[in-house]
Amino acid sequence: MAKQYETVIGLEVHVELATKTKIFCGCSTAFGGDPNTHTCPVCTGMPGSLPVLNKKVVEYAMAVGLATNCTITQDCKFDRKNYFYPDNPQNYQISQLYLPICRDGHVTIETANGPKDIRIHEIHMEEDAGKLVHDDFTDSSYVDYNRSGVPLIEIVSEPDMRSAEEVIAYLDALRMAVQYLGASDCKLQEGSMRADVNLSVREVGSSEFGTRTETKNLNSFKAIARCIANETERQIDLIEAGEKVVQETRRWDDNKEYSYAMRSKEDAQDYRYFPDPDLVPIHISDEWIEQIKQDQPELRPEKKKRYMEEYCLPEYDANILTGVKHLADLFESVVDFGKKPKEVSNWLMGDTMRLVKEKEMELEEIDFDAKHLASLIDLIEAGTINRTAAREVFEHIFEENIDPVAYVEEHGLKQDNNEEGLRSIVSEVVKNNPKSVEDYHAGKTKALGFLVGQTMKASKGKANPALVNKLIMELLTK
Amino acid sequence: MSVLNLTAVSLGKKIQAGELSAVEATQEVLAQVERVEKDVHSYVSYDGEAALKRAKEVQQLIDEKKLTHPLAGVPVAIKDNMCTKGVTTTCSSKILSNFVPPYSSTAVEKLEAAGAIMIGKTNMDEFAMGSTTETSAYGITRNPWNLDHVPGGSSGGSCAAVAANEAIYALGSDTGGSIRQPSSFCGVTGIKPTYGTVSRFGLIAYGSSLDQIGPVAKDVRDCATILSTISGYDSKDSTSIKREDYDFNQYLGQDIKGLRIGVPKGYFKEGLDKEVADHVLSLAKTLEAQGAVVEEFDLSLVEYAIPAYYVIADAEASSNLERFDGVKYGYRAKEYNGLHDMIKKSRSQGFGPEVKRRIMLGSFVLSSGYYDAYYLKALRTKALIVKAFDEAFAKYDVILAPAAPTTAPKIGSSLADPIKMYLGDIYTISVNLAGLPGITVPVGKDKNGLPIGAQLIGNRFREDVLFKAAYAYEQTKTYEMCDLAQKGVN
Repeated sequence: MAKQYETVIGLEVHVELATKTKIFCGCSTAFGGDPNTHTCPVCTGMPGSLPVLNKKVVEYAMAVGLATNCTITQDCKFDRKNYFYPDNPQNYQISQLYLPICRDGHVTIETANGPKDIRIHEIHMEEDAGKLVHDDFTDSSYVDYNRSGVPLIEIVSEPDMRSAEEVIAYLDALRMAVQYLGASDCKLQEGSMRADVNLSVREVGSSEFGTRTETKNLNSFKAIARCIANETERQIDLIEAGEKVVQETRRWDDNKEYSYAMRSKEDAQDYRYFPDPDLVPIHISDEWIEQIKQDQPELRPEKKKRYMEEYCLPEYDANILTGVKHLADLFESVVDFGKKPKEVSNWLMGDTMRLVKEKEMELEEIDFDAKHLASLIDLIEAGTINRTAAREVFEHIFEENIDPVAYVEEHGLKQDNNEEGLRSIVSEVVKNNPKSVEDYHAGKTKALGFLVGQTMKASKGKANPALVNKLIMELLTK
Repeated sequence: MSVLNLTAVSLGKKIQAGELSAVEATQEVLAQVERVEKDVHSYVSYDGEAALKRAKEVQQLIDEKKLTHPLAGVPVAIKDNMCTKGVTTTCSSKILSNFVPPYSSTAVEKLEAAGAIMIGKTNMDEFAMGSTTETSAYGITRNPWNLDHVPGGSSGGSCAAVAANEAIYALGSDTGGSIRQPSSFCGVTGIKPTYGTVSRFGLIAYGSSLDQIGPVAKDVRDCATILSTISGYDSKDSTSIKREDYDFNQYLGQDIKGLRIGVPKGYFKEGLDKEVADHVLSLAKTLEAQGAVVEEFDLSLVEYAIPAYYVIADAEASSNLERFDGVKYGYRAKEYNGLHDMIKKSRSQGFGPEVKRRIMLGSFVLSSGYYDAYYLKALRTKALIVKAFDEAFAKYDVILAPAAPTTAPKIGSSLADPIKMYLGDIYTISVNLAGLPGITVPVGKDKNGLPIGAQLIGNRFREDVLFKAAYAYEQTKTYEMCDLAQKGVN
């Protein structure tokens, strides 16, 4: 019988923090910009320049640490990681090895077997490197230091995950927490969130870990899932063939959907870490931690729970609405206008989602004022417009952020509540559709719907459907 | 009276009084540079034209009463490891031969705001690594008292420039004695302030946790005035410290009655030249006569200071110097094959042997498997040295020590035996390890006519005691100039 294997996975996740300025200088962290325009002597490693820590970086790191149940290292410091590569202008990266800012946390994920804690070993702060640009035409390389010194946190998990599903659930939970904190936008594609996968396999039941590999350059959940499947298979094949898994760093090629070895443990560099003498140790007081705790926004799990309890939303709705902070914020803003939560949820989960999908947008790109959706709901409740018209108006709110009251007025979309007027339309419709009337009397209630529809059509969609219904019934039962 | 006979403060006074102009002062100093620079070679580079142009601008501001600083219009020399905007800054290394910084170090900026006239950039041991100014890639500097001898180092150019009147005062830097030892060899006064007093921004780092900028001048008052000008908290330097006192002139002339002077017995035993010992101890006698209390004591751990220092300084240096790779600025090898070869060749060709030796030492003590045995142990030793000084300063206000075991050695006699050269730093390096202030004042000459300096060491932030004591001693002496310095003095 074939042996049963288990995959053991730990992640190193880099998150680019959303500070306006870099970690050790005042340069902008804005993405893009002409090469070397967001730079200064500090982030280009000029002689005599010195780093000065951006306090906001410490606060974001603490916030993420607290949100992931970590212990804050109240006396922490920065270390230098020494290695020669030109994207790193000092040829050392300022990072944290000996005393990382956060330790011993966990994130809870949902699995098929119920909730599971993924432990976090540590979170440390560090600076990002610049970018090398290769010019094949002139066969030379250039360095752009705009990204050099952009603040990062690295979140290192314990090897607690056993499948791609768990890995993705963990990443999703992390991403959600970081996004809710406003600490980063966490876009894998743009590199503001990057994950390295440490993976080994072992026989089920074994208490020893196998030899692990680390795979880098994974920039989508899809790539991560593929990489895990691929690497698991590769390692099992090696073991089955009686060969050994080599401890090495591998690089994922997203086009080929294959990873290849970059360097083995034997070539591993000695980074000669030591405390950076240019930076003083950071002391984090109890008061500071308390302050960060107080400023901590409501995170997704609590928000989801509150939506279900306070707003009586079904779990399905709560789940989707809290899935992206922007959507949750929009939802709450509309509800704050005094609108019924379920009604708001319906608009967001129904028409909004449909339009997002049709227009191939991201949920973050939804850009209309909450007050317009609130007024639209008012218009419906007051009977000023009917649902058909409302859906039309909503499309304009979604696309052009129009004021629905003015729009309804200008386009004459007000519902027709004039009983006399409608009665004559209804009489006309009943007169012209004797077959349906006959059907209705024969017990085919469906015919009623047809007659209502015809009336609505004749009123150019403006008739109050409830009123039409009532008038038809009156005529038919006379 | 010649400008060259004046101290910085007295020259500044005459300029403010309109008795002399900044331009005249600069012209006289430049004329002296023309006379003696070929012999002494204090400067890596100097620019007379730029200095004169600047002097005219400064004089204009003085005339308009917009500049009233005591150092306005006074010519200064800057050690070539301090960045000067638009002026080549080499650290006396080939690897920075073409480096023109787009910014100035904070200390230089402060001097400029005060109206200082920069004559040029002074020679030094390459990256401040050395005790003789012989490791410079731009030729050796000679001791103005005797051209066959070294001026000391690493701020040898700054001290020689002041001693030879090639500048009225200078800025040096001190990582393990680099201001105090050459001040002793050149017969000038130099102070290394408490770590964190002068901003390190723009100072090209050697050992970041030990480096401090400080003044080199003809007397204690000049040093106090210069230090008051260049010190101050700087938000661009995380290790900069907010102090309560930045006006050091207030301590000059204060009574020293009851001042407790500790003399570490171990410093005056074997290894110290007899003539040096006698002259250094004469300072204690002079102050004793003024009411100070002198006592011998045991300063422990002296013998561990040198290994601890070289481990820490070289570890930091090995990392600090990684940025010099030929990629962004500085020297790049002409021929290479690919990126890593370019970095290798640029560094191999760009650094001199002493710098390479320290990079290798520093890299070794930080490498995995050796970190605990060397680097961590050195840090623990450093902590014990701090403790030993704390205990000493509970009993004494100031510690008297030599600045070097001998007077200036002959050119060419030091580099062949680096260990011996390192051991010469014995009296100065523990002061850097503990972050303390130390001042060197001239106390006499040996039988060959070479100057001897004595070092006064104070507790952290207690420059006041150093200035008070050094000034009291200085009142009993007159500043002695070497013959070469008087070449141009009428």
